[in-house]
Amino acid sequence: MSTNQASYVRAAMIEASPAPSLESGVASWLRKNLFATPKDTVLTIISLLILAWLVPPAIQWLFIDAAWSGGGRGVCATLSQGGSQPEGWSGACWAFVNAKFAQFLFGRYPLDERWRPALVGILFVLLLVPMLIPRIPYKGLNALLLLGALPILAAILLPGGWFGLTYVETPLWGGLMVTLVLSFVGIAVSLPLGILLALGRRSNMPVIKMLCTVFIEVIRGVPLITVLFMASVMLPLFLPQGVTFDKFLRALIGVSLFASAYMAEVVRGGLQAIPKGQYEGADSLGLSFWQKMGFIVLPQALKLVIPGIVNTFIGLFKDTSLVSIIGMFDLLGIVRLNFSDTNWASAVTPLTGLIFAGFVFWLFCFGMSRYSGFMERLLDRSQR
Amino acid sequence: MAIGVTNAPERSKSSGSIINDPQVRGIFYQAITIIILAALIYWIVDNTVDNLRRANIASGYDFVRSRAGFDVGQSLISFTSDSTYGRALLVGFINTLLVAITGIITATIIGFLVGIGRLSHNWIIAKLSLAYVEVFRNIPPLLVIFFWYSGVLSILPQARDALALPFDIFLSNRGVAFPRPIAEEGAEYTLIAFVIAIAASVFFARYARQRQLATGERLPVLWTVLGLIVGLPLVTFLVTGAPITFDIPVAGKFNLTGGSVVGPEFMSLFLALSFYTAAFIAEIVRAGIRGVSKGQTEAAHALGIRPALTTRLVVVPQAMRIIIPPLTSQYLNLTKNSSLAVAIGYADLVAVGGTILNQTGQSIEIVSIWLIVYLSLSLATSLFMNWYNARMALVER
Repeated sequence: MSTNQASYVRAAMIEASPAPSLESGVASWLRKNLFATPKDTVLTIISLLILAWLVPPAIQWLFIDAAWSGGGRGVCATLSQGGSQPEGWSGACWAFVNAKFAQFLFGRYPLDERWRPALVGILFVLLLVPMLIPRIPYKGLNALLLLGALPILAAILLPGGWFGLTYVETPLWGGLMVTLVLSFVGIAVSLPLGILLALGRRSNMPVIKMLCTVFIEVIRGVPLITVLFMASVMLPLFLPQGVTFDKFLRALIGVSLFASAYMAEVVRGGLQAIPKGQYEGADSLGLSFWQKMGFIVLPQALKLVIPGIVNTFIGLFKDTSLVSIIGMFDLLGIVRLNFSDTNWASAVTPLTGLIFAGFVFWLFCFGMSRYSGFMERLLDRSQR
Repeated sequence: MAIGVTNAPERSKSSGSIINDPQVRGIFYQAITIIILAALIYWIVDNTVDNLRRANIASGYDFVRSRAGFDVGQSLISFTSDSTYGRALLVGFINTLLVAITGIITATIIGFLVGIGRLSHNWIIAKLSLAYVEVFRNIPPLLVIFFWYSGVLSILPQARDALALPFDIFLSNRGVAFPRPIAEEGAEYTLIAFVIAIAASVFFARYARQRQLATGERLPVLWTVLGLIVGLPLVTFLVTGAPITFDIPVAGKFNLTGGSVVGPEFMSLFLALSFYTAAFIAEIVRAGIRGVSKGQTEAAHALGIRPALTTRLVVVPQAMRIIIPPLTSQYLNLTKNSSLAVAIGYADLVAVGGTILNQTGQSIEIVSIWLIVYLSLSLATSLFMNWYNARMALVER
């Protein structure tokens, strides 16, 4: 079969010509995304003006004019305030954060004993990182170490009093360490307790159902600060004379109970979303209640509500800052305590300290929310 | 017929031991729970009564009638240190409501703006809104309060060289001072006119609706209502001879005198709660608008409805159905977060209660008052939500 080569049929494809200049490149992007309509143009110009008014002074204040090193308030105060900076100076006092950094991490934990929280912290990171990366094997062992061995080790190392370790009482604890311990325990307690409460609220037994509902609704209806006040003022009243509870432990109980009520509602949402057929299927296989929940319903329900669970974790992490109101020194509390340090008190110290604390909180919360988005995509088994 | 009629076999009760009967087990578990709970409550009550007797604290609510002996920084109703504890709690409750209501209004405005901004086609607006949400959602509200309180408001100039803003408003580390309107004789007519205008607006809106249903003709409701509510009081105000004077703040040697002052405690709490909650409201608004399927907009356009009307009549009503329930729970969150006032000394319900608790030791009573107030607020909110959901639920076949 001979190829019939007609002269009017093109033998070779011609090169695609580049897109018109209005449809590609920077100019087109700008036109489409910033100046599409007159209204857009106005909005863009207004936003740019706001940014120009806000960002350069902020960078100037945070970095260029900032006092990075120094041994006292002198570097962060103007001449008339008794410092070395020129009149009218204003900038971040990073020297303050630098000097107090260890305290922001460990609070007033004794200097010689700080290796203990540091060791726990390093182990925590070493165990948490492989836990979070899905490809790394031995998840079961890892979880056992992270949720079983590490808390026991921390309970021995942090307060001390055993094995020749000096006892460090909890009022001396502080800083990021307290924030993390509170959040870790809060998370570890609130998830299982929340699941139990959610199951109880959907139970067929009226007494259990009523108790769980009342608990959840009362806790969710009041602010955390009243729960903390309750834990710190009323708990001692409820106990027999002479039995005292550590203040830190009381805050832990308050925070954990508060978070578990919220967790219960999140989990209940997941339980309700599971089709009835799943429950009936499990029943028809003759599974017991706990088998049905543990193997069939909860794995599906919890997967559905991962965003809600992580949001509750983030809320819990942010809420730990409230313990500074009942006189404990978490990260925010210890930063504020240092505002009154006469060696460092200056006009810019509070703002710098708060920006630092805010950045640390932000890092943790933002990291958690990003990781939850990642997990959600990973576990998504829907046929989309 | 030899075959006897056999009834279906009765559910045999003897298929296993009584331990395996789910009903019996259920009753057994519940009985155990009740017994444990009763024992726990008895133990707690016993301990509490014992502890209270030792500490010499008389239980009961009689203390609300005794003299408070402390001052409250900011109060909408008159309060001196000679007033009773009960009145102090009332002041606290009103302050809680004040900061909650003003905060809710501002948070809603910022939240809707930012939420719509996140859906904007304008790249820079969308990114700015995203940055706002991600910053404020991930920082504790308490820290935001301190940011305003000790970071911003406390380094403002002293009262004697306060920053002068337009309309005789002064900004200093004592707060914001602004002219206070003083009603003179005849001012009440303006108020009456305002009430009449609102009533007339309601009637007009109803009439317009009936008219539209009957004839399909749309009356300009928005402009009429605006004209009524703004115009009528304004005309009355001018006709009666502008019977309002202003008490203008004046910078003195040490302090500003005259005018009304809003303290830095209220300002920082109000700003922090508004900015913090607005980030959450923005996400709710975004989800609500995204939740209305594109087909709705396209169908409206296919029917020839103009874009502005499509938004108003097709998208917004359906988006509101998704937005309102989580929005109310954010409002409730803001109200509960207003209890953080105790950290900076704004006299809200929790702060006042804490002071009384320290003075009298009536911890159970104070905590119960807190619980009752906040629980009623949240109960009212959930009642409203149920009512709204029932009203707004999709009517399906």
